[in-house]
Amino acid sequence: MPTEPSAERGQWSLALRRFVRNRLALAFLGLFSLIVAFVLAAPLWANHVAGTGPNEEHTVEQITVDGEKKDVVTVEGKPIGPQWLAADGKFFLGADSRLGRDEMVRLMYGGRTSLLIGLSAALLATILAVILALLAGYFRGWVDGLIARTLDVIWSLPVFLIGLSLGIALAVGGLKIGPLELSSGSIWNPIIVISIFTVPYIARPIRGEVLAYSEKEFVEAAIAQGAGPLRVMFSEILPNLASTIIVFFTLMIANSMLFEAGLSFLGAGVQPPNSSWGTMITTGVELLRIQPLLAILPGTMIMLTVLSLNIVGDALRDALDPRGKARMDAALEFEAQGGTAGSRQGTALG
Amino acid sequence: MTRFIVRRFLAMVAVLFAVSVIVFVVFMVLPKQNPAQSLAGKNATPILVKNIEKEWGFDDPLPQQYLTMMKKVFTGELIQYEPRIPVDDQVKEGIPATFSLSIGAALIWLFFGLLLGYLSAIRAGGWLDRILTGVSIAGISIPVFLLGPVLIYLFANQLEILPNGRYVPFGEDPWEWFRHLILPWVTLAVLSIGFYSRVLRSNMLDVMNEDYVRTARAKGLSERQVMTRHVLRNSLIPVVTLFGLDFGATIAGTAILTEAIFDLEGVGNYAAEAVLKFELPPIMGVALYGAFFVVFLNALVDIAYAYLDPRVRLGESASE
Repeated sequence: MPTEPSAERGQWSLALRRFVRNRLALAFLGLFSLIVAFVLAAPLWANHVAGTGPNEEHTVEQITVDGEKKDVVTVEGKPIGPQWLAADGKFFLGADSRLGRDEMVRLMYGGRTSLLIGLSAALLATILAVILALLAGYFRGWVDGLIARTLDVIWSLPVFLIGLSLGIALAVGGLKIGPLELSSGSIWNPIIVISIFTVPYIARPIRGEVLAYSEKEFVEAAIAQGAGPLRVMFSEILPNLASTIIVFFTLMIANSMLFEAGLSFLGAGVQPPNSSWGTMITTGVELLRIQPLLAILPGTMIMLTVLSLNIVGDALRDALDPRGKARMDAALEFEAQGGTAGSRQGTALG
Repeated sequence: MTRFIVRRFLAMVAVLFAVSVIVFVVFMVLPKQNPAQSLAGKNATPILVKNIEKEWGFDDPLPQQYLTMMKKVFTGELIQYEPRIPVDDQVKEGIPATFSLSIGAALIWLFFGLLLGYLSAIRAGGWLDRILTGVSIAGISIPVFLLGPVLIYLFANQLEILPNGRYVPFGEDPWEWFRHLILPWVTLAVLSIGFYSRVLRSNMLDVMNEDYVRTARAKGLSERQVMTRHVLRNSLIPVVTLFGLDFGATIAGTAILTEAIFDLEGVGNYAAEAVLKFELPPIMGVALYGAFFVVFLNALVDIAYAYLDPRVRLGESASE
């Protein structure tokens, strides 16, 4: 691996060129940008078109559609269907339930919550994972033993079930540990749950890489020059992990969003009155027979976001690491020495 | 080898211990709310709350409560709060639905996953490969809580050719059992079909570059013989490993969601309902039984792996 600055720049611009050549990935990067733009535009649509907020109820109101008055929610509790532009953009996608909230506005704000949780959980998990992997791979010995075993334990847990329990525990009682205090409805609760349980997926492969790098000559040279552990870990080894971190981060956003939707779907994630695409599916499923779009729309939004992130992540991996095979093998070998059949890593994420 | 097995089983016990402590802490230590208070209802007198505390042992020190609970898990005496019925009976009642769902789905995803992966690999780079790769990436990205409702809407509500869920015991009516499980099976399997076909495809492409495949071709075997006898067979090992790990995780993960969507009265649904009611005993029971299942399968896979690949167990003893 070239380490001169000029060669380093060359490596990144080569990767960029490889990525840009991948038309499919570019198209899906475009789609992802559109989704982000869609959720960012939520206040604009809410204030200037729909004229209502995501949690405002319109149970007994009427709207004017093509000069005719219509109930937002009928007497039997059936919400109005999609009006498209017939009511000047009000109830563009209809109302969400017998509460008569604007589905389009909720879809945009719910997407904000989903994306925000996905991004934050992925970021938190990645940062934790990189720090743990650097410590374990650099210090080895009992530090490595402790970290690797802890990750193994988390890895073997029935993650979803325990995540569900923790999610509901936080949703009921909040959390107070020292200065850290979370209220029961805080969206930090699902973020913390998701990131704790996804750390091993990132930390294990990166730990293998750190182990491999820490035996390289450039690390020995740095130590010989008198560099302390922090400098070796963060300015010598960390830059070499950049491409792996970028790829895992991208894939992890998708993973975290699915995790959040699963938790929220079962009531252990985002709490009312906040909404996410996951909680919107739960509301929608109850009306599946009469208004199938209410469940299908937020589900489709999750799918499109996850799909585009998966494709972009895969393309990034190909672009950043065309010889990735060799490095993965090195990581696997170290995993095997560490005492676990390292066959699992990477598979969980595809 | 014996040493490896012993170590692996010790690790298994450690994981189960960790699961029990984590679940206990999550439910008994984190929340500020007194379980006796919520059991007694909103307008309960302090005396009633005290009595309930005494009866359920909520006033014992936490380590004592933990030990009592563990004893109950092992003797099968766990009782859920409301209504007061044994957890074991509820779990036993849920097992047929959960196993019908997950085993059936596993058969479907193995069959189609391997078929698609194989077709994709032998036509690598061609249009069939591109279509199948697209299909499997889409499959990986469809969450069960989208696919489930869509299938229910199409096949149960619109076409009305399949029921929208619920479990019919096999002994009662095998045909209805089958009809009721078709949609849940498909929902649970699609994600894994996409995943397995991609794993098999990339394994096969790797194996195709091996020397022994070139040798097989050189000695005049037909392309079909090379593919099935040499390439496919060697590419299946990682898939089998993956399956051992995946199956347990599926039961403890996506199967819960699938059961909830289709109203199957399985173990997962029981657990999900207990979580929402914030009842510790069922969660503890299901989490431990579930974890035991997952961890046991993982241990078996690791041991099989060590048996097949001596490097793993040699690495074990060399690192000590």
